[in-house]
Amino acid sequence: MANTPTARLSILRAAFVIARRDFLAILFSRSFLFFLLGPVFPAVVFAMSGGLGAAKNDRTQEPRIAIQMPSEDIERLLAAHYKLQDELGRERIPHFIILDRSKGHAELDVDRALADRNGRIGATLTGTLENPVLTGTEQRLNAWRGYVAMQLAVARDNSNLAYPALRTETIATSGVETKSRRQDTAQISMTLLFLLMMLLAGMVLSNLVEEKANKIIEILAAALPMDAVFLGKLFAMLAVSLVGIAVWFAGIGIFIGLAGDFGGVKLVLIGMPTPGVGWPLFCLLFVLNFSMGYLLIGSIFLAIGALASTVREVQTLSMPVTMLQLFIFFFASFVLVDGALLLELIAILFPLSSPFAMTARAAQHEAIWPHLLTLAYQIAWVILFIRWGSRLFRKRVLKSGGAAPRRPLRERLLARFKNRPA
Amino acid sequence: MDMALGDHEQTSNAANADTRPLAIEARGLVKRFDDFLAVDGVDISVPEGAIYGVLGPNGAGKTTTLRMLLGIIDPDEGVRRVFGHDRPHDIARLIGYLPEERGLYPAMKAIEAIAFMGALRGLPLDEGRKRGLELLEAHNMAGAAERQIRHLSKGMAQTVQLLGTLVHRPRLVVLDEPFSGLDAINQGKLERLIRKLADEGTTVIFSTHVIHHAERLCERVAIIAGGKVPYAGSVEAARDRIPAQVRLETRAREGAWMEALPADARREGDFFMFSLPDGGVEPLLRRLIEGEAGILSLSIERAGLHDAFVHIAGEAAAAELGNGAGQELD
Repeated sequence: MANTPTARLSILRAAFVIARRDFLAILFSRSFLFFLLGPVFPAVVFAMSGGLGAAKNDRTQEPRIAIQMPSEDIERLLAAHYKLQDELGRERIPHFIILDRSKGHAELDVDRALADRNGRIGATLTGTLENPVLTGTEQRLNAWRGYVAMQLAVARDNSNLAYPALRTETIATSGVETKSRRQDTAQISMTLLFLLMMLLAGMVLSNLVEEKANKIIEILAAALPMDAVFLGKLFAMLAVSLVGIAVWFAGIGIFIGLAGDFGGVKLVLIGMPTPGVGWPLFCLLFVLNFSMGYLLIGSIFLAIGALASTVREVQTLSMPVTMLQLFIFFFASFVLVDGALLLELIAILFPLSSPFAMTARAAQHEAIWPHLLTLAYQIAWVILFIRWGSRLFRKRVLKSGGAAPRRPLRERLLARFKNRPA
Repeated sequence: MDMALGDHEQTSNAANADTRPLAIEARGLVKRFDDFLAVDGVDISVPEGAIYGVLGPNGAGKTTTLRMLLGIIDPDEGVRRVFGHDRPHDIARLIGYLPEERGLYPAMKAIEAIAFMGALRGLPLDEGRKRGLELLEAHNMAGAAERQIRHLSKGMAQTVQLLGTLVHRPRLVVLDEPFSGLDAINQGKLERLIRKLADEGTTVIFSTHVIHHAERLCERVAIIAGGKVPYAGSVEAARDRIPAQVRLETRAREGAWMEALPADARREGDFFMFSLPDGGVEPLLRRLIEGEAGILSLSIERAGLHDAFVHIAGEAAAAELGNGAGQELD
């Protein structure tokens, strides 16, 4: 009897039993629908902010320079304006409001015109061509002084200035351009990674808290090693998230293919530059880095679920971890912009920032071997985190019996700290 | 702490010796939670095929002891073996466990819940569904098979969980406060089920704070109070720790015959109560007859498990047990 060969499920089979149940339960639950809809909200906010930005960029709403000079001067200024517009481009020169007294326009009160909040006058140009006065705030003067001076020079000269013919040659890209655009890809990917991980880590935590509330966890703990329960839960949520990602990407593909641009979203998606390792490998590395990052943060959240006995405690404990995650994301973003090798190395070696740093690297650099190395490194950390989490769970979560009143969380943490051997 | 296993239940007397192989064997189990000592040196030996009761008031350490025996938590000190294995998870397929805090997935169908619990113990899902349906039919609940747990009554949900505990046909069934929350009819059904399991050779160990369940079902008990086990052994031996009580009713209220009564005799209404003398009642009867006491009735009453519990665990523990028992619907 002592050596019954089939008396125990292997860790992987046990994890599969848990993962299968969780996967199916979540996939056919309302929470999965909300999970799928999760990214829609930021997308809508992004699109709306894009729309607002577009509205803000409407040139008809831009501040203008009000000109009041003698009629003859105004004619010469306008001629110079049209000439410069052809050379510089319409988008780069300020717009004007002409107040010609000979045409019955009222006398310009400079102070009043510039103080009017409902008007569109950002500066005034008064006096004569020989003695012009540009009035406005420092910001406006800095922006417009150069152009107005040029315009005045052309107007005074009143001759046909000949601009030299400039031949231009267009190339597809440059080193600086590639670096800059790949940084954009890296930043967008890291942001997506961060949002996905936070969304899923929250879900895995709710799942565990729900099971604690349903009192099921003890049945699982009695039947299976806690490592297997943890592994099963993490991989179930990972599988759910991969289904979610597949749905999202399919949705984005359909959106790009069929829908019109909405607040610049389509433009951003199509305009993303090719990453260093190429799109297919980048997508694969993104999924792998996401999986590792999720498993790391997920195991921390599961351990938190084990430590906490109430939803309130869960919130209290998960807040610092969320802040840490946010900090790590900002750190990885800083490293991306800063580009210092030492910082990048730190970001790669620190397990929680490693998936972010490697995603950024995949976007920027062509080499593949560092990804293989860091994936192995991250897997080692995942195993450590899961074992640590499950051990903590076994130690802390099932201590009932009932006699000892449970002390507040703060006291328990303090007691642990005090009792730690020197 | 390294301890040897082998000597059965040092706390019981020699009459408790049992030659059956042990399903559960634990020595010196200790468990602390922070600065609270939940279990303090528990010894338990459960022979295969026995119905074994772990008896004690709420908070005595019953649940923690069972959790240690099942490997849900590890003891800080001491050793445990289940069917000879140090790690109970290694033989999880042979064990069924019903925790005190009942729990099922509310959105799961009853039949799926049973099959899932079987799957946790290595039973293929299809086989679990097949056996689950048979079990539900046997308990007149076939109609509930496709209903979600959230739509079942509390009693039905508890039955589903119990069936999930048994679906993989375990050799050892561990039930933590199984009668808690059940009405009298369902308590009776559960008692019959436990007896049936034992008749089929399954070892059943259950915790309870209701003495009469243990008294009716168990051949052996462990009494737990304050994290310690002051007694572990047969119910009979526990009861034998207290001398039988003699209840005597006489026509004469007083007389010289009273000198024949043992020193501990006391009057309780119309009766005299005293411990059964070492030499039996025959010499006493002769003197009462000679003294013309006029014997109306004489009965010898063996101590019940409750008396034994009070004797072993103390009045305080018994009072807590009584408080717990008073909450039961029996």
